[in-house]
Amino acid sequence: MTGGIIKQVIRFGLLILLQVWVLDKVSFDGFVIPYAYVMFILLLPFDINKSLLLLLAFFTGLVMDFFGNTLGLHAASLVLLAFVRPGVLHFYFPRLETQIGEEPGIVRLGLFGFIKYAFTLILLFQTALVFLEVFSFHHFFSLLWEAVLGALATTFSVTLLELLFERRKRKKVR
Amino acid sequence: MRNLLLFLIKHQFIFLFLILEIVALFLLSYSYSYQRSLTFNAANDLTGNVLKTSTNISDYFLLSEENKQLLDENARLRDRLPNLKQAVAPDSILYVADSIYDYIPAHVIRNTVNRHDNFIILDKGRDEGIEKEMGVLSPQGVAGIVIGVSSHYSIAMSLLNEHAKISARIKKDNQLVNVIWDQENSLEGTVVDIPSHLDLEPGDTVVTSGNSFIFPAGINLGTIVSYHKSENRSLNRAVLKFSTDFNSLHYVYLVRNLRKKEQEKLLEEAER
Repeated sequence: MTGGIIKQVIRFGLLILLQVWVLDKVSFDGFVIPYAYVMFILLLPFDINKSLLLLLAFFTGLVMDFFGNTLGLHAASLVLLAFVRPGVLHFYFPRLETQIGEEPGIVRLGLFGFIKYAFTLILLFQTALVFLEVFSFHHFFSLLWEAVLGALATTFSVTLLELLFERRKRKKVR
Repeated sequence: MRNLLLFLIKHQFIFLFLILEIVALFLLSYSYSYQRSLTFNAANDLTGNVLKTSTNISDYFLLSEENKQLLDENARLRDRLPNLKQAVAPDSILYVADSIYDYIPAHVIRNTVNRHDNFIILDKGRDEGIEKEMGVLSPQGVAGIVIGVSSHYSIAMSLLNEHAKISARIKKDNQLVNVIWDQENSLEGTVVDIPSHLDLEPGDTVVTSGNSFIFPAGINLGTIVSYHKSENRSLNRAVLKFSTDFNSLHYVYLVRNLRKKEQEKLLEEAER
């Protein structure tokens, strides 16, 4: 149990640093930034207390907001992601049996299942992000397009990282 | 009462969600007011230190580019030297201007160009004499305005910010205009309030007016890219290519106006 918490803390720290030091400086086509740090919330165990999930999402979002000088923006979007996470998992995988502490990663959901799960939540997250940032529906379709592109970039980076993590894990098991 | 409590506990997930969203949106709406960007101190020392570490790492990779920029700047300054020698006679106006503005070099530790509102975080703060509303200059021209300081860091809004509006002049005929950013891309801004009798050509230089007490007069803002005169409007707009390359912004100078208080006081008295 403590091992699990330490692992989460390390993952949290690494993802935040990766986001602030590397990914925030990457941008495709101007406004599109891959927000791979949301992976922290995506990968929390299946059986995590739902209220704890919300609180962790709020905290993670606030940390990003402090670095990005966007007070409340990431927090609001990420809490929304965390709120629908249990529902989306149940919707896509209604009959999935999970063990204590198991994570919704590629190993459990399969590559396609994971991408489906991640993209759904990330698209919601990025849509909230762009509309809250501008706070208007004035350029509705261009903003929506921005959200879709952002979601693709984020899902791509999250899947790539997850593949890297998983490969290391499998080596360890052998 | 007990029933209410049970009800809340039973639906704690939804209530917690609503509470957290309300808090986040409250913070967000607070951060939308321009006043907040002036009072809220986002440049705190903790995030500053983390960002500084990353800059120390990336600095290493940018050395050659930086070197080139500094050499360019050196060359430009050298070009101006002969003129200055002539101009710095004891009673020259230029001499006085020099004693009004003080320049403090600083290092950019975070800079965004792809948000709707962009900020620059610098590694100089209150302890080094940085104050709000000091100008930020890149080696190529105007970069932004300081809006918050902590003890060792400061945060400036870059020209790539919705709230940035810089008083400027068309260099060739000294006409007053304003420069804003319309959030299109990080290379181009917009010149607004152009009087209709003015004819602009692509390539015309736009410089600071010196009217704001923040920037000295005559600092490069950019060059005109295109200008479309509309018949039915008295004030026109033009597209401006910024002279500062915000993507490679790394070393900047903060401008301290040594006589700002005096100038402001005078203005206040006159307006009363």
